[in-house]
Amino acid sequence: MKKLILVLAFLLPNAVFAAGGGAHLDTADYDLTDKASLQNGAKIFQNYCLGCHQMQYQRYQRAFEDLGIPVELGQENLQFTGEKPGEYIKNGMPADAAAKWFGAPPPDLTLVARVRGADWLYTYLRTFYVDESRPFGVNNLVFPEVGMPHVLQELQGVPRKTTEEHMVDGEMVERYVGIKSDGTGELSPEEYDSAVLDLVNYLVYTGEPSRLESESIGRWVIIFLLVFFVLIYLLKKDYWRDVH
Amino acid sequence: MFKNLMDWIEYRLPIMRVANMHAIQYPAPRNMNFWYVFGFLATIVLVNQIVTGVWLTMSFEPSAERAFASVEYIMRDVEYGWILRYMHSTGASAFFIVVYLHMFRGMIYGSYQKPRELLWLFGMFIYLALMAEAFMGYVLPWGQMSYWGAQVIVSLFSAIPVIGPDLVIWIQGDYVISGATLNRFFALHVIALPLVIVILVFLHIVALHEVGSNNPDGTDVKRKKGSLTEAEKTKFKIHEYYTDKYDIIDDIVPFFPHIVLKDLVAFSLFLIAFCYIMFFNPGMGGYFLEHPNFEIANPLKTPEHIFPVWYFTPFYAILKAVPHKLGGVICMFAAIVALALLPWIDRGRVKSWRYRCGLHRWNLIVFAGVFIFLGYLGGTPQEAWKIIASQILTIMYFGFFFLLWIYSKNERTKPVPARITG
Amino acid sequence: MSNVSLDANDSSVTENQPQDNNRRRFLTVATSVVGGVGVAGAAIPFIGSWNPSVKARAAGADVEADISKIEPGQLIRVIWRSKPVWITRRTPELLESLTKIDDLLKDPNSEEDQQPEFARNSYRSIKAEYSVLVGICTHLGCSPQHLKDGAFEEYVEGVPEGFHCPCHGSKFDMAGRVFNNVPAPLNLVVPPYMYLDDNTILIGSEEGAA
Repeated sequence: MKKLILVLAFLLPNAVFAAGGGAHLDTADYDLTDKASLQNGAKIFQNYCLGCHQMQYQRYQRAFEDLGIPVELGQENLQFTGEKPGEYIKNGMPADAAAKWFGAPPPDLTLVARVRGADWLYTYLRTFYVDESRPFGVNNLVFPEVGMPHVLQELQGVPRKTTEEHMVDGEMVERYVGIKSDGTGELSPEEYDSAVLDLVNYLVYTGEPSRLESESIGRWVIIFLLVFFVLIYLLKKDYWRDVH
Repeated sequence: MFKNLMDWIEYRLPIMRVANMHAIQYPAPRNMNFWYVFGFLATIVLVNQIVTGVWLTMSFEPSAERAFASVEYIMRDVEYGWILRYMHSTGASAFFIVVYLHMFRGMIYGSYQKPRELLWLFGMFIYLALMAEAFMGYVLPWGQMSYWGAQVIVSLFSAIPVIGPDLVIWIQGDYVISGATLNRFFALHVIALPLVIVILVFLHIVALHEVGSNNPDGTDVKRKKGSLTEAEKTKFKIHEYYTDKYDIIDDIVPFFPHIVLKDLVAFSLFLIAFCYIMFFNPGMGGYFLEHPNFEIANPLKTPEHIFPVWYFTPFYAILKAVPHKLGGVICMFAAIVALALLPWIDRGRVKSWRYRCGLHRWNLIVFAGVFIFLGYLGGTPQEAWKIIASQILTIMYFGFFFLLWIYSKNERTKPVPARITG
Repeated sequence: MSNVSLDANDSSVTENQPQDNNRRRFLTVATSVVGGVGVAGAAIPFIGSWNPSVKARAAGADVEADISKIEPGQLIRVIWRSKPVWITRRTPELLESLTKIDDLLKDPNSEEDQQPEFARNSYRSIKAEYSVLVGICTHLGCSPQHLKDGAFEEYVEGVPEGFHCPCHGSKFDMAGRVFNNVPAPLNLVVPPYMYLDDNTILIGSEEGAA
């Protein structure tokens, strides 16, 4: 009874608030323990994102350590700017100029996974499509009127919205079926999805570098507390037995 | 040798006397059930907040330029800084969970009734101070929700006629929420309000021990001096402070070890839940740490949806339900004042809902439901049906107090047992 | 609902007292010990957070210094772990003079552990020409002044160049060795350092120790 109420007390706000939602997002099945995926994500970030977006709260060295990259190797392959490994992941882009080019300075991406969520990022990076009316020639399904070019086009190829014609009530209706690449990219659609997932994995990591450590400490803490609970419960019962 | 030292100190400072009087030999009704653990848990959370808060202050930089970055510095660069920060942020929500349950306990068992009116009032002042403390603390990380939350809450004062707009600027120390606001909120959050809360908690406990603890039956365990036979008196050692004035009936246990052990059982369960959240899901899906708050404050861009943190949302829903600025603010504060006036709104003589009329039981359950549903409405994006729903629920919220005032005058109650049951 | 009804169903009520007391004593000790371990565990983050943060350690990382531009007799300052490090290029005359003042010094042979093993020599350096010292007085932590071209004679007769601490008057020679009759008890600290090449010193690590 007590436990039930305690559990309810904790779950209730969540259960009540869990309702609601938005546009459809694909589930990003990321895995923070997959070092190869994280390393690939870091590589993609350094090559395609860092040109405009910084990670001004994330240090190279911390990423090297957590991703299992030897510092020298990391400095050679990932740290293009040649600073010390303890430096933050920054680019040299002046914020004022950036604001002029893009309308707003490109946001810092250290914490973007905590702001947007992994699913949103995973869907966003896979739903750019050609839209000639936009300044960069592309638009996005989950971020309409996006002010950013499709920087991963080199990998994905040129993505277009595709439609199929369907018979509905005796009339031909065009129906949107998805975004398809024209095949000029370096990666196949499956490879592209997997590369994006790696990048999202890395962004989830930088959003909270302590996540894995937290869970491994947490497991021991909870096992310890269960032992304490059993002992204190038995002791309490022992004392209360005298009370009629 | 050691005993001599203790005696030397005791002669000059009554440590053992106070410990015996207020902890070890304090008489507590033996039927205090799990609803009675939340006061203890609230004290524990208060200690947690103070200790982790002191440690966070060591690395936090209270300026508009550095606040956000210094929180990330704590999360990444300070050894175990993330544990300290999550203890503090999880503690903030846990504080309100236990305080709300503690308050509801007081309501169902009539703990606010005579002679515990002042005790209840001190509790309400703690609650108010806690809300101010939580609000100002939420501003400090200087994320988007910190900034815009502060904007909305401080703007409430602009509803005050005549002086409102000037008052807002005075509170902000600037024409908008700015570094100046952050700095004064920091000072209040880390020094002034914790001091106020600790003093109020002290008074709350002193007032409690003066009148004694209520219990689920509402039957008083202190009887008139000389009214009980030796067989009816408690066999436990109770401090003379209580036995000199009263006969203590054999329905009590000493606070130590019996109640302490019971509280510790609850504490260990609470810690399991607390640590689970802290280590595995500190954001609680955006309700303990809101997603937009991981983006640095930007005075030029309001987040799509602004909500206060979950513990404020019931009152926020009341604010939004009223289609008039000043009216909304008044209703919101009235909702808290109504709670504070409960000892006088309830005209009944029977404390516990166990022995009160069926309507009272339903009134309380519906009130709890209304409060939770208001919280849901205040914490989700505005929709047309929600405005009407929150208006109905606002009326129901105040309806609780109105109904209570009506039926408690000539209430049909059950007889209260002379001795504590079960 | 309450604990009391639970206890009523407990068959162990019939057990005799001494057994109960043993059980209670055991549980009390076990709970206290586990609780104590818990408190100690909870203290770890609070104690750990006082260690130098990643930021402090990044700022305290090894520092490279280019020594190719130092003129003979010149002193340059490098910041290492927020402390001034002096690199001096000593002239042959100066080096020679250092060997003649042993009786004025407290610890002329660097017996106290104020330098890495490689600097336990009369010049307190790897290469005699270049001296590397932490510019913090071993008395109370002020940074001494470099006095040269005879300016140091005012403090020690016959010694034209040295370091004088303005705080409490401690004096050091150009190898960082402390003079007699001053408050500072020890020679200046020689930091760990190594030559990356003829023109570059790395302060913070020594050969073989990395």
